[in-house]
Amino acid sequence: MTYDGFDVEKIRKDFPVFSRELPDGRPLVYLDSGNSSQKPNQVIETMRDHFALHYSNVGRAMHVLGAESTDAYENARDKVAGFIGAPSRDEVVFTKNASEALNLVAYSFGNPASTDPRFTLGPGDEIVISEMEHHSNIVPWQLLVQRTGATLKWFGVTGDGRLDYDPGLITERTKIVSIAHQSNVLGTVNPVAAVAARAHEVGALVLLDASQSVPHHPVDVAGLGADLVAFTGHKMVGPSGIGVLWGRAEVLEAMPPFLGGGEMIEAVWMDRSTYAPIPHKFEAGTPPIVEAIGLGAAVDYLTGVGMEAVEAHERTLTAYALDALREVPGLRLIGPDTLEERGGTLSFTLEGIHPHDVGQILDDQFGVAVRVGHHCARPLHLRFGIPATTRASFYLYNTTGEIDALVRGLHHVQKVFA
Amino acid sequence: MIGESMYQELILEHYKHPQGRGLREPYDAEVHHVNPTCGDEITLRVKVGDAGKILDVSYDGQGCSISQAAASVLHELATGSTVEETLSVVDEFTRLMQGRGKVEADEEVLGDAVAFAGVAKFPARVKCALLSWMAYKDAVVRSAAT
Repeated sequence: MTYDGFDVEKIRKDFPVFSRELPDGRPLVYLDSGNSSQKPNQVIETMRDHFALHYSNVGRAMHVLGAESTDAYENARDKVAGFIGAPSRDEVVFTKNASEALNLVAYSFGNPASTDPRFTLGPGDEIVISEMEHHSNIVPWQLLVQRTGATLKWFGVTGDGRLDYDPGLITERTKIVSIAHQSNVLGTVNPVAAVAARAHEVGALVLLDASQSVPHHPVDVAGLGADLVAFTGHKMVGPSGIGVLWGRAEVLEAMPPFLGGGEMIEAVWMDRSTYAPIPHKFEAGTPPIVEAIGLGAAVDYLTGVGMEAVEAHERTLTAYALDALREVPGLRLIGPDTLEERGGTLSFTLEGIHPHDVGQILDDQFGVAVRVGHHCARPLHLRFGIPATTRASFYLYNTTGEIDALVRGLHHVQKVFA
Repeated sequence: MIGESMYQELILEHYKHPQGRGLREPYDAEVHHVNPTCGDEITLRVKVGDAGKILDVSYDGQGCSISQAAASVLHELATGSTVEETLSVVDEFTRLMQGRGKVEADEEVLGDAVAFAGVAKFPARVKCALLSWMAYKDAVVRSAAT
């Protein structure tokens, strides 16, 4: 498999985990990158090096280590900004994960600290999400409507796993539309441009949960049409504990602070404070320093491989997997069965066999790591009338041979339960 | 391999042909238990007669082979036995399941339920095996309270 120098065997050598064996000599077949990705040496070494030789707190220490740490941390922000095409580095806010980024935005609404009418929220106002969202893009909005009396509405999902997009759901009362760029269960890529155009027509803001898209496709936030974009480091060969909220500068400036503390202030009196400019306004306390630097290394790694090549490789894997899974009797794919507007995440059920049994036997017998359950998207599973699915998700280091191993495993599972 | 030891023939047999499945009248207590981590659920009823004799354990639910087979085995073991006897089996089964695979199963007490010994090595699946047994214990306690 080679696309303009893309060599999956060479890439696998960068990830130490692929050189290990599982107990009983099973090879590792890691098909759970939608859950969390493996890490290359380049990320591990960068973090190790920083911990070992350059570590100190950022943004305040007046010494060499403080300067080196601050430089490395802020340099990571530059790298992330470049990676997603942010017009300004100040538009990149580091959070601890995508969930925190989404919550940060949700807590900006209905907060008396902000007088910007886009962020006022009360009874009669509406928030629009979709039925395919991860719980982290559902629950923060449920909490927000409990606090403010606003109304939560959502797009449905069609039988073939597409967003059932109804422009009429977005009305003059809509304050924000928050949807997944790519579904973590269906693999569906949503029509962001159309949704954003409609939302902006009525003056609503648009937030994207890009946790499943930024790691797998070239993403240009400036061209997407969204106002705010959330994603996380650990799904893009970076460490856990670091996430990103990108927002248009003007929108971030209008938002009230989220967490209060050190680093996010300009001046503090006993009865009031003024706040630092963005992005620091949203980065209270000592940040995940080495994690941010690790994310910078992850971004360098992915850029070195080339996101077009990553996308093309995953597309090949997805086409191969769709064909292979079609041949498994009793397998029902939950999500689009064509390559159009979909990524490398395939969820399915096997007739008469519970996903927990599927996952257990795949792991124990074949070393195939998949995720089983509702994948933090219970409403989506309820929509399809099923309690759980088995999910295989691919990344730049996966091979068609691993998909063959999955299919062999599924046939064996069916034999056990025949 | 490890996995096949968990999926004992007896477990698969009970999963494919569940014994006593379906909710029946009459009953003294009904409980509904769920396993939030995987969504498995069970509704279970008990009917207790004179001298603590278990006249019926009826149930309905959905979940993996381990949770469903455990309910089927429970039905077979409990029906016709007494409250006192079955609660000691529940205790022994719980001890086995929570023993991380290091507890020797007492086959005298457990009967067919000994087939689940392999499950104890998989912490993520222990709750599957215990779901119906905990529901049963709960139902028996409630039936005594009525």
